[in-house]
Amino acid sequence: MSAAEEVVAEGHQAVEAVPKRAMTLGTGTSLVVLAALVIAPVFVKNFIIFQMTMLLIYGLAVLALNILTGGSGQFSLGQSAFYAVGAYTTAVLMEHFNINYALTLPIAGVVCFGFGFLFGQPALRLSGVYLALATFALATAMPQLLKLNFLEHWTGGVQGLVVTKPDAPFGLPMSQDMWLYYFTLVVTIAIYIFSVNLLRSRSGRAFMAIRDNEIPASAMGVNVALYKTLAFGVSAAITGIAGSLGAIAVQFVAPDSYTITLAISLFLGMVVGGVGWLPGSFVGAAFIIFVPNIAEGISKGLSGAVFGVLLFLVIYLVPHGARQVAIAGKSES
Amino acid sequence: MIAKTLRPALLAVAITVFASGAALAQKKYDAGATDTEIRIGNTSPYSGPASSYGVIGRTEEAFFKMINDKGGINGRKIKFISYDDGYSPPKTVEQVRKLVESDEVLLVFSSIGTPTNSAIQKYLNSKKVPQLFVASGAKKWDDPNNFPWTMGFLLDFQTEAQIYAKWLMKEKPDAKIGILYQNDDFGKEYLRGVKDGLGAKASSMIMMEESYEVSEPSIDSHIIKLKAANPDVLMIFATIKSGAQAIKRTAELGWKPLQIINNGASFVSSVMKPAGFENAQGVLSAAYAKDGADPQWNDDPGMKRVYEFLDKYMPGADKTDGGIIHGYGVSQTLVKVLEMCGDDLTRANVMKQAASLRDYAPDTLLPGVKINTSSTSYAPITQLRMQRFKGEKWELFGGLLSRDAQRE
Repeated sequence: MSAAEEVVAEGHQAVEAVPKRAMTLGTGTSLVVLAALVIAPVFVKNFIIFQMTMLLIYGLAVLALNILTGGSGQFSLGQSAFYAVGAYTTAVLMEHFNINYALTLPIAGVVCFGFGFLFGQPALRLSGVYLALATFALATAMPQLLKLNFLEHWTGGVQGLVVTKPDAPFGLPMSQDMWLYYFTLVVTIAIYIFSVNLLRSRSGRAFMAIRDNEIPASAMGVNVALYKTLAFGVSAAITGIAGSLGAIAVQFVAPDSYTITLAISLFLGMVVGGVGWLPGSFVGAAFIIFVPNIAEGISKGLSGAVFGVLLFLVIYLVPHGARQVAIAGKSES
Repeated sequence: MIAKTLRPALLAVAITVFASGAALAQKKYDAGATDTEIRIGNTSPYSGPASSYGVIGRTEEAFFKMINDKGGINGRKIKFISYDDGYSPPKTVEQVRKLVESDEVLLVFSSIGTPTNSAIQKYLNSKKVPQLFVASGAKKWDDPNNFPWTMGFLLDFQTEAQIYAKWLMKEKPDAKIGILYQNDDFGKEYLRGVKDGLGAKASSMIMMEESYEVSEPSIDSHIIKLKAANPDVLMIFATIKSGAQAIKRTAELGWKPLQIINNGASFVSSVMKPAGFENAQGVLSAAYAKDGADPQWNDDPGMKRVYEFLDKYMPGADKTDGGIIHGYGVSQTLVKVLEMCGDDLTRANVMKQAASLRDYAPDTLLPGVKINTSSTSYAPITQLRMQRFKGEKWELFGGLLSRDAQRE
């Protein structure tokens, strides 16, 4: 083996091979978590419900990245672009075409799937850090694309678009926030189950074979090109749906909401939650929502530095993220 | 016996009940106000791409500390709760909801940025929480019919541009105008204002509109293009760096048009000095606030109070930073509004008093410029004075130019 090939092979080890059973939670734990998620909103303020909704939404976006990176071994720093496309699809459909918010989700999903699939085509030729760079370019370009003059009529340019928050249907006696939370929860559970099944299916095995090593995977008959773009498409679709939900929850879209900072946050959430461990996505989402607030509470002037220290501690103490904590907990009990 | 001893006691109780009843009738509170405290919420970009504006939030915090040290407002201390939103609208929504629903502030004050405030405007109006003195130069904050709980503070860019246009129509009616503007919302609002101001004559007077991108390191090529069209008036609607470059480059080319530069790029220390004082002679602009770097205000009683405040509460602060001057002026205006509220600290009364400012002049505004608001005008600053750069400072000339005069 030449030196160059050795380096390429090392690159593939960047994403650790996670067996598919270890990617999810046991049935018992899942039910407890689900019960907690269903009951909690009854006892807390609307503001906390809003934060929980945002947690689920960012959790979905991290989950999407996790399928791409943990599942098929491809890196992306461009998830904010897909998130933005989803958010704008929903905002434009709701505000310019008066389409029901629930119907805009699948449309956003399809649009983003197409977008991700198309972007996946040229991206196929790149791997590892080069792919990360290409997607980085996408994330950097997106806010400026949204400001373009000829799109301004639809996107509202720099000013953005205000989105109307939906009321609970059928006269249900609950606040807008609570309704949106349950709506998001149902969508999240559906997507989560879909993702788990996807990774357990033939396609999921193909993803993981590609992640572990492309050459044997193609030798076994996996269409590497197809499955790599497919992974991109699925990841983009889920991110897009998260973006739509985000637009409805925040009631506003603007180019400044979807900068590279968001893409990096999502990436960070994935690493903190544990690459390849799906439930960790939500732990990671909690980290990117709450830890900056904690850091600000410790020191306003140095919030960035405090956040950095906290992040450093997490990476140093539990390099495999929440997954490592969960496994340690399991082996002790 | 018992009745006799009880009687004074009962009387005392009755008086107490009556007195406190009367007191209750006078004092009215919404969430965020008590006998001892007024809670005020704010979001500022302390981190992220716009973190240079974070100084506004820090100035406000220091200003309220000074007010508290002096005994507060009608005996109540101000608790200023300011969160970082990193200039990201979704984060602003989260932080503002935290302020309203968890910290229970009386009002949200001077939150910074156009997209960030757009994101919370609908929420705050539906909750009937004042969104007071928004720190953004967009025109949309003056819309009391649709958004009765939102009020701006700054003179909007469009009106400022209209004022320049009207001044040109009067003083130089045969002007041939070249315009350099930043290709974003900010620059376009100025362009729109100039065209509005010139009205029907816009197409004949404007010879060239040239835009540049904020990311361009140098704007030389645009100035050369403009010079080739040979207009005799050059209007520059830019941010600090490009404004300085434009003035410098024009002089270097040996081109001497009448130059008008927007207020936001007229700082002595960050624009005129880097451009070179000799190159900036005769440049025109308009202003409503005093420039902290301008020595002509050294003996001004208002600015003396500003400098005293800075020495004591923000030692080491850069006096020339426009953000500090803004933060001081807007905080002082809020204190004035809260004083006017007296013991009726309800959200409705806060908006009512904020819309009842009459000829109020904070320490930082130019002589003659006064704040006036009403239930139909939610734009506190509507006046400007023209100024010409001479030597190392701006010289004011002409009387007050106001938005309302433009509207007639």
